[in-house]
Order: sequence, then C-alpha cells, then structure tokens
Amino acid sequence: MKKRVIEFNNYSFKYHSQAAPTLHDINITIFEGEKVLIVGPSGSGKSTIGHCINGLVPFSYKGEATGSLKIMGKDAHSLDIFSRSKIVGTVLQDPDGQFIGLTVGEDIAFSLENDSTEQGIMKNLVEETVKTVEMDEYLSSSIHHLSGGQKQRVSLAGVMVDKVEIILFDEPLANLDPATGQYAIELIDRIHKETNTTVVIIEHRLEDVLHRHVDRIIVVDDGRIVADMCPDKLLSSVILESSHIREPLYVRAAKYAGCDVIEEMKPSQLHSFSIESCKDKLLDWFEKANEAVPKEIKLPILQLKDISFRYAPGHETIKGISLSVEKGEMVSIVGKNGAGKSTLSKIICGFEKPRSGSILFKEQDITGDTIKERSFRIGMVMQNPNHMISKHLVFDEVALGLIIRGVPENEAKKQVEKVLKICGLYPFRNWPISALSFGQKKRVTIASILVLEPEVMILDEPTAGQDLRHYTEMMDFLAELNRQGMTILLITHDMHLMLEYTTRAIVMNKGRIIADDPPSMILTDSEITRQANLKETSLLVLAKRVGIKEPKEFVEHFIAYDREVRRQWQ
Amino acid sequence: MKGNQLSIKTIVAIGIGAAVFIILAKFAAVPSPVPNTSIQTSYAFLALMAVVFGPIAGGLIGLIGHALNDAISYGSVWWSWVAVSMIVGLLIGLAAKKLDIESGIFNTKKIITFNIVQVIAQGFGWFLVAPALDILIYAEPANKVFLQGLFAGVSNMVTVGVIGTLLLAGYAKTRSRSNSLTREL
Amino acid sequence: MAVEMLSYIDRKTPIHQLTGVTKLICFIVWSSAAMLTYDTRILAFLFIFSIVIFIVSKIKVSEVSFVLIFILVFLFINNMAIYLFSPQEGVKIYGSSHVLIEIAGRYNVTIEQIFYQCNVTLKYFAVIPIALLFIVTTHPSEFAASLNKIGVSYRISYAVALALRYIPDVQRDFRTIALSQQARGIDMSKKEKLPIRIKNAASIIFPLILSSLDKIETISNAMELRGFGKSNKRTWYSARPFQRGDYVTLFVFGVIFVTAMVVTFHDGNRFYNPFES
Ligand SMILES: Nc1ncnc2c1ncn2[C@@H]1O[C@H](COP(=O)(O)OP(=O)(O)OP(=O)(O)O)[C@@H](O)[C@H]1O
Ligand SMILES: Nc1ncnc2c1ncn2[C@@H]1O[C@H](COP(=O)(O)OP(=O)(O)OP(=O)(O)O)[C@@H](O)[C@H]1O
Ligand SMILES: [Mg+2]
Ligand SMILES: [Mg+2]
Repeated sequence: MKKRVIEFNNYSFKYHSQAAPTLHDINITIFEGEKVLIVGPSGSGKSTIGHCINGLVPFSYKGEATGSLKIMGKDAHSLDIFSRSKIVGTVLQDPDGQFIGLTVGEDIAFSLENDSTEQGIMKNLVEETVKTVEMDEYLSSSIHHLSGGQKQRVSLAGVMVDKVEIILFDEPLANLDPATGQYAIELIDRIHKETNTTVVIIEHRLEDVLHRHVDRIIVVDDGRIVADMCPDKLLSSVILESSHIREPLYVRAAKYAGCDVIEEMKPSQLHSFSIESCKDKLLDWFEKANEAVPKEIKLPILQLKDISFRYAPGHETIKGISLSVEKGEMVSIVGKNGAGKSTLSKIICGFEKPRSGSILFKEQDITGDTIKERSFRIGMVMQNPNHMISKHLVFDEVALGLIIRGVPENEAKKQVEKVLKICGLYPFRNWPISALSFGQKKRVTIASILVLEPEVMILDEPTAGQDLRHYTEMMDFLAELNRQGMTILLITHDMHLMLEYTTRAIVMNKGRIIADDPPSMILTDSEITRQANLKETSLLVLAKRVGIKEPKEFVEHFIAYDREVRRQWQ
Repeated sequence: MKGNQLSIKTIVAIGIGAAVFIILAKFAAVPSPVPNTSIQTSYAFLALMAVVFGPIAGGLIGLIGHALNDAISYGSVWWSWVAVSMIVGLLIGLAAKKLDIESGIFNTKKIITFNIVQVIAQGFGWFLVAPALDILIYAEPANKVFLQGLFAGVSNMVTVGVIGTLLLAGYAKTRSRSNSLTREL
Repeated sequence: MAVEMLSYIDRKTPIHQLTGVTKLICFIVWSSAAMLTYDTRILAFLFIFSIVIFIVSKIKVSEVSFVLIFILVFLFINNMAIYLFSPQEGVKIYGSSHVLIEIAGRYNVTIEQIFYQCNVTLKYFAVIPIALLFIVTTHPSEFAASLNKIGVSYRISYAVALALRYIPDVQRDFRTIALSQQARGIDMSKKEKLPIRIKNAASIIFPLILSSLDKIETISNAMELRGFGKSNKRTWYSARPFQRGDYVTLFVFGVIFVTAMVVTFHDGNRFYNPFES
C-alpha cells in the first residue's frame, strides 16, 4: 500500500466573510508519487482546495473548517506553515504575487536563502534550475521586464529549486503559449518522474494537461467533489459535460459522431485513443460544410502604419508593424510569449507612445489623441485583471465607466445588470472584488469594458482561466456584438478559440507580423506554427487518422455542430 | 520562532508601504509657498498604514520610505526630517489598538481619537524634533527652522486630518463583516 | 508621467567593484563626519576628496544632473531663508563682526555671516557626491544583504529589499491605474483644466492603496509559502565576498573619520574660527 500524502475526510471550509461554505464535505486521498489533476468551473473552489493543502487556509485566509485533513499522515492542524512549506511547494495562480526577488536569479534562490544555503551551492542550484525552464539568458534580468509567460517559467523554477514532496500548481498554463504550455507539461512530467514527487495540478486546459499521463482527475463543482477517477474512465462518462468543462476536442468529436467512448479505448491521449470502432461513424458524421461566403470588402476601421516601439533603448519590442483591420472583423492576434502582443494593444489604446509610425481610425489620424479620446472608440481589457480594478465592489467597478460618461443612474444600472448577467457575475454584484476567484475577477474587467460598447474592442487573453460555460457565454455575446458591427481583436493562446470565433489571425513573432491569414491556413503551415510556438488542434490529427481528405472542413463542421449543442445550455 | 519578531505580513507591509509612500511623495505632492516644503499626501497614507499595521510598521515605513525617497530623488538624505517621519508613523501607530480599524467600524468617536493622536504626534515631530535636529546637525538659525517646522507641521496636520480620515473611513468600509456574503439571484 | 529617479548605473570601476557593505559603511562614516564637524578645513578636504572619488567612478555629471540642479536650487533657497531669518547668525557663532556691505542694521552683510553660510553649503556639498555614488554604484539586490551584514535584522533588511523591489511595480501600477481610469473616461492629459486634473489624480490614490493592500496579502502569502522567516538567519544570493580593496577602503575611511574628529574637537568647539587671532 502506498503512503497517503494528502487526505481530506468529510472536510468543509467556509471563508470568514462568506455566509455559506465554499467547500462541502470533501473526501480526497492522494498517494505518494501520484499525479493528480483538479478541474472544475471557475469559482468552484479549486484554488481553495489548494490553499487548504499548502496551509494558506487557515494561516492566511481565515475561516471555519470541519472534518479532517492529513498531510503526510499528520493532522494538518499540527503543522505550522513552515513545516508545510518544506513539504508542499506551490506555484500560485496570481502571476503578480509570486515574485519576491528583484531579478530572476534572486527570485529562484529565495527559498534557498531562507534555508541559509551556502552561496556557492545556491548559485549552482539556481543555474541548474534556470536551465530546465530555459530562462538562463534572463538570469540577471529584472522580473519587472518579463512577459507573462516568462514569469510563469520563473515561478516554476522557484518552486522546483527546493526539494519538496508535493508540488501544487494552480493553473500553470494560464498565460503560456501553446508550445510553451506543452513544454511546461512535459517539464512537470519529467520532474514528477525524476524526483518521484507528488504532483497536484489545478487547470482549466484539460486537453493540454493530458498531453502527458495523469493518474487521476478530480472534478470539483460548486464546492463538491463530483468525480474522482482515472482519466480514461472520466472521459468516457458524461460528468465533464454536465459540469461544463471542456473535454478534449477529439473526444467530443467522437461523441458527437455517436461513438460510444468507453474506458478501454483509452481516450485520455490522442495517440493511444483507439478509434477503429468509430471510424465509420466519424466519416458518416462529417459532411462537408458549406462553402464559405466570399467576404464583402468593408472600410478599414483601424490602421497601423509602420509602428515601432521600445521600452528601453537597445531592444526594439515592436519593429515596424503595419496592419489594417476592417469594420466588423473579428481578428485574433497570436504568437509566442513575449512576442509583443500586449505591447501592441497598449500602443493602439495610447497607453504607450510609438517611437515612429501612425495610427488611423476610420482614416483619421489618432496618433496624437489622448487615451480618453481614444477610449470612446477603442475599449481594452488588459491581460492582468489587477491592473484594471479600482473599485471595491463588483457593481461599482462595472458601472464606473458609465458614471464617468454621465449616463443617468437608472439607465446605467440597467446596462450594468445586463452585462453582469452575461458574464455570470450577477449573483456577486454586491461583493467586494477581493472575495472573487481569479477567473471571476477577469470577468469583472471584461464586463467593465463590454458595458461601454466601444466600436473596437481589444481583449487580452479574455478566456484565460475561464470554464467552458462562461467561455461560451462571453464569446457568444462578443460574436453577437460583432454581428451588430463591433470590431473585435482577441489576443489569445487558445488555438480553438481562434478557429472557432475569428476569421483572420495575425501571427506575431519578435515584434513583427509573420503571418496574416485565415486561422485554418495558419495552423496548417508548419513553418509558421513552429516559429510562433502555435500548435495544431487535436481535431486535425483525428481527422487525418480517420482518413478524412479535408481535415480543415472537418474542423469547421465540428465547430458549427459544437456551437449548436452549446447554445442549448443557455 | 520568537514571539516578539515581526510577522511576515508586517515586513511586507513595511516594504510595500515604503514603496507606496515614495510613489505618493513623488507624484501626489503639492508644492507650497514656504521654501523646501510641500504638502505631502503621503503622510495621509502613512497614517493609514500605521493604524492598520501598528507602530513598528508605521515607524519603519516613515523611516525607510522617507530615506529612500530622499536618496533616489535628491541624492542625499535629510536625516532630521526622516526622523520626523519615523516618529510620526510610530506615534500614530500607538493608537492602532484603540482604533481597531479591522472591526470595520470607524465612527465619530474614533475619528476624533485619530485626529487628536495625529495632531499630537505631528506636533511633537514637526514643532520639536525637526527643528532641534536641524540646529544640532546643521547649526541652522533657530527661528528659521522653527518656522519651517511650524509650516510643515500645520500643513501635514490638515492633510492627514482630511485625506487620512477619508482613507481610514474608506478602508473600514472594505473590511467585509464575517458571514455577510451570499449569492443574490 | 516619467519622473527621473536615481538608479544603479553599471560601469567597470574600482568603486563598483567594492562590496555593498563597504560602500554602506563608508557612506555612514562619511555622512557622520560631515554632520558632526563644522571645521571648514575638514569640510573642504572632504569635499575635494569626494570629488576625486566621483571622478574615479566614471559616473558622468550629466547622468545625475537632474538631482544636482534640484540640490542647487534647494541650497540657494535655503541660504536666502537663513539670511532672511538670521542675518547675524555668523556673528553670534564666531563672536566678531566685520561689516562688508551696509544695508540696514540687522541686515548688514558681515564676513562672518558669509563664512558661516559658506560652511552650511559646504556641509551639504561634502556629502552629496558620496551619497550619489553610493546610490548609483550599489546594486539594489546587494543593498539588503549589506544592511543585514552590518547588523540590521534580516527581516527589516528584507523590508528594505521589498521596497526597492516594488518601487517600479508600484509606479507601474500607479501608471496603469491612471491609464485604465483614463481609458474609461477620466482625463488627465493637458487637455483638461488643472483643478479637475488634480481632483482626478486624487481618485487614483485610493485604488492604488487598495491594490497595494491586496499586494501585501499575496506577497506575504507567497513568502510564507516559500519559507521566509523560519530561522534566525538567512543567506543572500547577491551578497559578495570581501576583497582586498574593501579592507583598504575601510581603513582609509576610518583614518579620515578619526582625523576629522580629532581636528574638529581638539579645541572643544565644532567651529573653525579664522576670525580670532
Ligand atoms: N479570500 C476570500 N474571501 C472570501 N471568499 C473567497 C475568497 N477566495 C475565494 N472565495 C470564494 O470561494 C469561491 C471559490 O474560489 P476559488 O478561488 O477556490 O475558485 P477556483 O475554482 O479556483 O476558480 P478559478 O478557476 O476562477 O480560479 C469563489 O466563489 C469565491 O467567491
Ligand atoms: N513595461 C515594460 N517595460 C519593459 N519591458 C517590457 C515591459 N512590458 C513588456 N516588456 C517586454 O517586452 C516584450 C513583449 O512583451 P509583451 O507583454 O508585449 O508580450 P506578449 O506577446 O503579450 O507575451 P505573453 O503572451 O507572454 O503575454 C517582452 O520581452 C517583455 O519582457
Ligand atoms: Mg483558482
Ligand atoms: Mg501579453
């Protein structure tokens, strides 16, 4: 019998400020050396479970717990946070709070410093670890200057450098580009195998985590455990669908085609998935989608002309970008971590001043306009929600823009409530924002811009950390606004989102645009995919394996069908 | 672990507090007509931090924040005034227990208490300590330094009295009472 | 909203090679000497010596000129104020009165007053180059380690490290909050009237404070999770070992300090008085 390292027994937890418990009667046992994935809708209590394991609950977040929790066989109450930090290493969800050191090296060394490790040994360990996350050339850079994805790698290294028995990842993939995400999963897998640590991963991107073997998946919904089983079994059930969690796309496709997915088919990984029995069904299900309607040429609404920008002398972040977006388009901007996507969006909104080049809105030069003047036309949702939130309560935050614009209170209230409902935040409208989960916070910021209904809207990774249900509701609403004429730019690392909702993808690499084509073309161009760290969807692979001649059309058929199914949820 | 050591939260509060103190001093200071002095909104923030995190945090935020700000903005440190910031933070912090801002209640009685304390603390610091140190270190004329201290003191008393009280009231509001959050459908 | 700040300037010079500890001690010794003494000869020596060190450090005056301009303005106003409030301070200190220009009674310009005010100014000048150098040649990462080494508790040293670490972050937050508020309609550019701009600026302070309080919470969580404060000491990744140059420098500064003190106080008076014969 393997050692039990984490054991929840009829465990419930209520945050001090909450009226109802966040976790209800939880029973989980995790054994030594296991790799466990926790999935669940946004706000279901996943991070809270993580906090219970690493000791933030109850040491930092106060509340009432009932039932028992044992870590390494010891009652969790008897372990203070220091002894827990020796056992459990955590990569936190919030990308801001993870960093303590001034430079990459210092931050990675932080826990070693606290252990009074001798300096020479410390330097060697840090250098070793920084190589495994491929950040060695940044060892002495300031954390402040890294892109979202680069930060994630540093926080991984910071935990890996300490030899802990349990490593807890709270959404390690949220900000990573597809290839880096895949790499991170491989990295986690390697660490898991080499060190025999117990690994707990909390993540929305189920398919990406399943890129490598996972022993068990625990599904949390509204504070309760609704499933706790091996991936193959879970994927052959209907549990994920009913909790609105996105199944791997190829499994979904097989199910749509009417195949009976059973455990023995090993659906958890595409290469092991035996589809012999359902090949015919898939072929039957696939019917060629209608020819795309030729697009009518519309007026360009936003034009960038030869934009260059740098944060500091010597390193050009944006190198002479020109691009034109037509009215009513829905465009995705994709590319590697650090390619300059967020920077470009900041330039468009006027947060940063380009060094050269001009920006035109409806053929009118707006390069010299103030942020406020631009804000009437262009709305932006920033990557990091903490950078946008300025009010204490959810409702006030969303209403802020309308109030400033002098919209009468009644009118504002109506609009805010409508948007809050779309974003699934209506029940929380009177809560302090600090009591929301990360995904919920992100939605607050989306709501606060949506409510202003600008002509052009830029969203920087809107779906990071969202579950399928909220993803669908929000994206469908955006698609609806798009049909009514709003132009939308999405910065995303989600290849399926790009395929599903956008008609055009701009690929950025090292501050340049390296491709500007329909998404399905981009994903079939292996050179571009490799350069920009993108990844083809598993649907294409599935289609090829089944022997479908037009894999692109297969994907389109899936998207159309899937959208129809999900529409029925609402 | 010894009981009298600073908690991690206090340490972080000192560090971040000092950083915010500096940013406020740089961006939110209003120039005043008396030489070498300006109306500092950062002292309102200092008062808030002292009340929330206690006297040690208050004192050290004043000390570190002011000294670092002098250093990075002016290239030298005016120790006499740095000492005042420290003393003001420390003295206001002594009232932290009594004000108990975490309870979420900040009524008229507490507002009066807070303002009495801050006036005494700043009076002591600006009217006595600052001039005394200036005379001691720089041997500057007494009437000049006392007038300077008088002006700085009075303007800071007003700033902390108005903005500081507002900040505290705002902060108290953010302390959600226990068992208060429910989903409203 | 760019405001210039002094920060580390990377060069390859003997001054940069010194450890942070050495520079910190030297800075403290130097400031104490300049604070305690009023002896013109010592002050002049300190000033000249510090200029020499400044030249060795290869820091260009243009790199710190914005600070120098500020200090010169400060000293000018300060001198005017001293004269305004106490035009006979020099006479009081040196006990003699040589009138140079007659204006009106109290405001007659005396050589003693000029000499006294020169001393006040010199006192600032003696410290400024060293203070500037300390700031621009010490890497911030090393600073906390140095504080700890000279005896400050590592917890407080770390608070200082955090402050240095988070100044750019808080500044960026302040800026981003300002920008995102503007993107929702609050105008802070020059197109809005000044009073409204000031009021709008105030509406950013509160969010900044709220987000900083949140930050305190997340950072202390992260530090706690990574084992900060579990033992009574810690090591520092960016501390540097002492080298010969450090010992030599400390010795030289020690000698200067002792000599300065002896010369200043041997006659029982901080002031050097050229007027008595
Ligand atoms: N500090 C807190 N105080 C009060 N309530 C909280 C706090 N943190 C979280 N909650 C509540 O607990 C619930 C679960 O939050 P949690 O962060 O565990 O969700 P999650 O499953 O990790 O979601 P996400 O995928 O969006 O990160 C949320 O509804 C939230 O409102
Ligand atoms: N405020 C800043 N100051 C200096 N450098 C910065 C700043 N913000 C970003 N950078 C640098 O600019 C480059 C581009 O960053 P940006 O955030 O635009 O990338 P991104 O494409 O959005 O990446 P990600 O997908 O990881 O979010 C990165 O190398 C980053 O280190
Ligand atoms: Mg979470
Ligand atoms: Mg980005």
